[in-house]
Amino acid sequence: MTAIAEPETPQSPQRESRSLFTPDILWPAIGASLEKLDPRVQLRNPVMFVVEVGAVMTTLAAAAGWGEDPRWFSVTIAIWLWLTVVFANLAEALAEGRGRAQAAALRSMRTTTTAKLQDGSEVAASDLAKGDVVVVVAGEVIPGDGTVIEGIASVDESAITGESAPVIRESGGDRSAVTGGTRVLSDRIVVEITQEPGKSFLDRMINLVEGAERRKTPNEIALNILLAGLTLVFLVVVVALRPFADFAGTDVSLTTLIALLVALIPTTIGALLSAIGIAGMDRLVRRNVLALSGRAVEASGDVDVLLLDKTGTITLGNRQAAEFVPMPGVEEIELAEAAQLASLADETPEGRSVVVLAKRYGIRERELGTHEFVPFTAESRMSGIDHDGSRLRKGAGEAIVRFVEGEGGQAPHELQSVLDKISREGGTPLAVARDAQVLGVIHLKDTVKEGMAARFEQLRAMGIRTIMVTGDNRLTAAKIAEEAGVDDFLAEATPERKLQLIKEEQANGRLVAMTGDGTNDAPALAQADVGVTMNTGTQAAREAGNMVDLDSNPTKLIEIVEVGKQLLITRGALTTFSIANDIAKYFAILPAIFVSTYAAAGESEGPLAQLNLMDLGTPQSAIISAIVFNAIVIPLLVPIALRGVKYKAAGATALLRRNLLIYGVGGLVAPFVGIKLIDLIVHNLLGA
Amino acid sequence: MGVVQIIVFCAVLLAIVPLLGGYMARVYTSERIRPVERLVLKLLRVEPASQTWKTYAASVVLFSLVSWLLLYLILRTQTAHPFNPNGFNSGTWDLSFNTVSSFVTNTNWQFYGGETTLSYFSQMAGLAVQNFVSAAVGITVLIALIRGIASKPLGNFWQDLTRTVMYVLLPISVVGALLLASQGVVQSLSDWGPVASQEIIKLLGTNGGGFFNVNSAFPYENPNGFTNFVEMLAMLAIPASLTYTYGRMVGSRRQGWTVFGVMFTVFVIGVVAVYLAESSVTPAQQAAGLTGANLEGKELRFGTGGTALWTVVTTATSTGAVNAAFESLTGIGGLIPMVNLGFGESIFGGVGTGLYTMLLYVLLAVFIGGLMVGRTPEYLGKKLEAREIKLVVLALLATPLLVLVTTSLALGTGHGGPSIYASGPQGFSETLYAYLSQANNNGSAFAGYTGYLQPEAGNLGANGVTFADLLGGLTMLIGRFVPIVLTLALAGAMRNKRAAPAGLGTMRTDTPTFAGLTVGTVVIVGALTFLPAFLLGPVVQGLTTQLF
Repeated sequence: MTAIAEPETPQSPQRESRSLFTPDILWPAIGASLEKLDPRVQLRNPVMFVVEVGAVMTTLAAAAGWGEDPRWFSVTIAIWLWLTVVFANLAEALAEGRGRAQAAALRSMRTTTTAKLQDGSEVAASDLAKGDVVVVVAGEVIPGDGTVIEGIASVDESAITGESAPVIRESGGDRSAVTGGTRVLSDRIVVEITQEPGKSFLDRMINLVEGAERRKTPNEIALNILLAGLTLVFLVVVVALRPFADFAGTDVSLTTLIALLVALIPTTIGALLSAIGIAGMDRLVRRNVLALSGRAVEASGDVDVLLLDKTGTITLGNRQAAEFVPMPGVEEIELAEAAQLASLADETPEGRSVVVLAKRYGIRERELGTHEFVPFTAESRMSGIDHDGSRLRKGAGEAIVRFVEGEGGQAPHELQSVLDKISREGGTPLAVARDAQVLGVIHLKDTVKEGMAARFEQLRAMGIRTIMVTGDNRLTAAKIAEEAGVDDFLAEATPERKLQLIKEEQANGRLVAMTGDGTNDAPALAQADVGVTMNTGTQAAREAGNMVDLDSNPTKLIEIVEVGKQLLITRGALTTFSIANDIAKYFAILPAIFVSTYAAAGESEGPLAQLNLMDLGTPQSAIISAIVFNAIVIPLLVPIALRGVKYKAAGATALLRRNLLIYGVGGLVAPFVGIKLIDLIVHNLLGA
Repeated sequence: MGVVQIIVFCAVLLAIVPLLGGYMARVYTSERIRPVERLVLKLLRVEPASQTWKTYAASVVLFSLVSWLLLYLILRTQTAHPFNPNGFNSGTWDLSFNTVSSFVTNTNWQFYGGETTLSYFSQMAGLAVQNFVSAAVGITVLIALIRGIASKPLGNFWQDLTRTVMYVLLPISVVGALLLASQGVVQSLSDWGPVASQEIIKLLGTNGGGFFNVNSAFPYENPNGFTNFVEMLAMLAIPASLTYTYGRMVGSRRQGWTVFGVMFTVFVIGVVAVYLAESSVTPAQQAAGLTGANLEGKELRFGTGGTALWTVVTTATSTGAVNAAFESLTGIGGLIPMVNLGFGESIFGGVGTGLYTMLLYVLLAVFIGGLMVGRTPEYLGKKLEAREIKLVVLALLATPLLVLVTTSLALGTGHGGPSIYASGPQGFSETLYAYLSQANNNGSAFAGYTGYLQPEAGNLGANGVTFADLLGGLTMLIGRFVPIVLTLALAGAMRNKRAAPAGLGTMRTDTPTFAGLTVGTVVIVGALTFLPAFLLGPVVQGLTTQLF
């Protein structure tokens, strides 16, 4: 797959700021919701299938004028039952439409990267075919996976490897492979593209959203079983009501019984269930993550352990100058000044950090005399400045030693021990020289990203353990782990040890999530329950994982977990709401049915009329109000289904209490209010 | 006075639970096989090796089938019995079908009156034996489920059965029978019969089938306030204590106490409701210009408190023994027993059966509530997936469905008509109660519902009401064995699940919040299933002063 965007301008995902339904989504969705009335489509959803059968029967009853119901009543009920099915279809169609629009947006975004072909013409990166030859010069992004066939260049692969130090890529040999999305820092290379076009994960993703390949996730299947069970019970409850009512000398019409049935079966969650699932995937897309199965989204809510790579995730990855270590006989300030001058033209984050650190020594920018910058090249592995007749250089230790010796000088023997010490501590040393003299060493250190400790604190509150994975030795790893506030770390990690760690955690019954990029990671990604592959990762890694992060941002894992949790919470909350609603519907419909049952002689109302707690106008208006409420609550809840229930990182019991209060107790109370309001319109305004 | 009795009763119950519960936990976890147990297993030719859920279930069904055939044989051959001082004939085939099904399923629904139809041999060798073993079967199924949840091998049905009878039921029954006899409960092979020995296991095993027709309202079964207190305690002792056993066996006493808390809360609400309802006047009293509590159908020696408490104890547990006439309860006073039945006998419930039903509700609550904390639902670290939910839903919904279908059949076909005594809502309540009670294996009744008619004592020239006898018998068998098989299948499914360690993100199932969720689940499922039916029976009567 080709690079998505220029790294400097990361595509800001279109978060929830976008309005839920734009006309271009709404209109096709309305069309689709009518198409979905096809009973073969409805059969996939037992709850809504029952509603549709009920709608057909009430329509027949209304047309034939069965029973003693007034015609307007049967017709009204029939219409609202059909609307209930349409609303359910609409919810699903809207979710599909949004997912599709989102995927399409991503697809169009991908073409913004252009590639320069060898003949000088430009094509969109996504149109590159296998075998195309492109030219990439310093500052440009390599448009696709390929092989260097000409030239040598330093390439910043930090986006995939997390390592900030540039690597050398040259034609021939084992350093010829380049990855799409990485950036050439110096020189110019000619690359032959090796990847197949068009077989993108996006295409797979769109299929998943559009229903053709959508499979129910395990939890959806389980929930559907519960909903089908409830539907069955209510079917029997309603059928049994006929002989019960007969015994009490009360007539109940078919239309009324069907209305009661539809009011009782869990239509709210039945209607929104698939929309919730699609919306969950859609929310991931908004964060530029493609899930390759709904199962993976669901599993991410269950994650117990997060394996996070140190570099790039926990630390900035781009190493920062932390300290100047002068050689004997050199003042620290002298080293700082030389380092700053040598870095003035260095636009890499490291170079800039040297300038920043030097400022702390009171060295300000000033007028330079005659000077000439010496850029970094892959061959010299140094950069610097020729200034006032002296030559300042900074670079890898051996390159500087070579430079000093070339100038006729001698590196002090302390240099090597300083270089070694910094390396041992997990840092990167950069030596600085002026002409024939080594001035000292810049200590580049990885720094922990700001706010990570708070993030991990949140995760801990959610019950998720974080494990930092790093190639560093134990001492360094322990230090960074402590600084970052992770729960545990794996030092001197190799792909084997990483795989081993995942297996151990899983053997203890835990679900593990990780991110990875290289071929090395493929086994671990496949083993992890949630494996998020960086978009810049190798093909093997992408096949092994079950999600792809287009931003290649390892911190994304945390957001993915939140989306997964939100998905499950939304499902549970709306199920609870749906079931709790039934109590109020009973209190609307049953007193309406039994209003005159066992009435004393000469009275029109029997004892059960007292249960009309909502004081609904007439039996007909009560039943209509309950059915109208039942129908319109579906579109009213669509925003919650699509956006997801608000999720706050908190302990499980606090979450449970909060959601029980809102959706359980709220679900008990809301329909009493809603049905009463509707009755005020239906009865008092429309005269039903 | 009534209130004091209720409070003291609850306190004594609370004290018993950890003692008896801890003892039972040792019984079912002990590796040691005592000589008596070894002897019984040897006679049965059973190796005490753990069974799969299928073999366990097959053993339960086989044992119950053999029990059924044996009991039917006994009841149909009364003329050949020893200990038949009154020279009774056998009951009719349809009545016997109902009675046999009733005692094998731990229901003890009685369409017959014991003192006018059964020989002492039938009572002792037939019914009393089933009182022991049918109770034990319920406990074994629970123990298998607990072991499954705790990831242990499910155990061996024959061994569990033996241990239950020998180490739990028999010792307590011996002491209890002597205690009751000391208070005047009859025990004789010539006059009135061996009552005390049968009375204690009738209650301890939540059976409920009385030696006499009026059950524990009869002074020879339940002579005074003290025996009333002891008998109520006997009904609740094992079902309540098993919650503690559960906590011990799954390694968390808090889990056990949480389940106990759920049951106890609903129980107390029921007691208060019946007590208040029965303390008020009835429409009939009002019509006659009388005031005061409703004492119609009550024994004055028990009073309103002793009757209200008993009424809830016997219907919350699946005992079904009565010390008053349920037919004479007020509308709301009669509603509460029906609600208890409607909760699927999960509020303490039958020995074993009550707790496994409650655990099914707990799993349902976990499934709904678990999602709301953002994880796929898990109980004690085990994920609830499609298979578990399928079993839970089927097992929980089978009984309510059965009740609705059978009640509709009885009312809709008109065949139930001859069994109904009263008219109007009371007649509806009689029918509904009959099938609620039989489907849930309780056995109590609104006594007007009839399944057997005999011109005089001794079964000569008697007729069964075939429809009521057969439909009732089938209802009891289905209501018993379908949930048992599904529960054992669940035990098998849970056993093979890997338990994940609990973390902060895991929904805790031992908190008041979760207990509240479980109470809500039980109430909502019960209410949603039975509200329309309850409206047409007890609620109508509770809302009006009309006489029907």
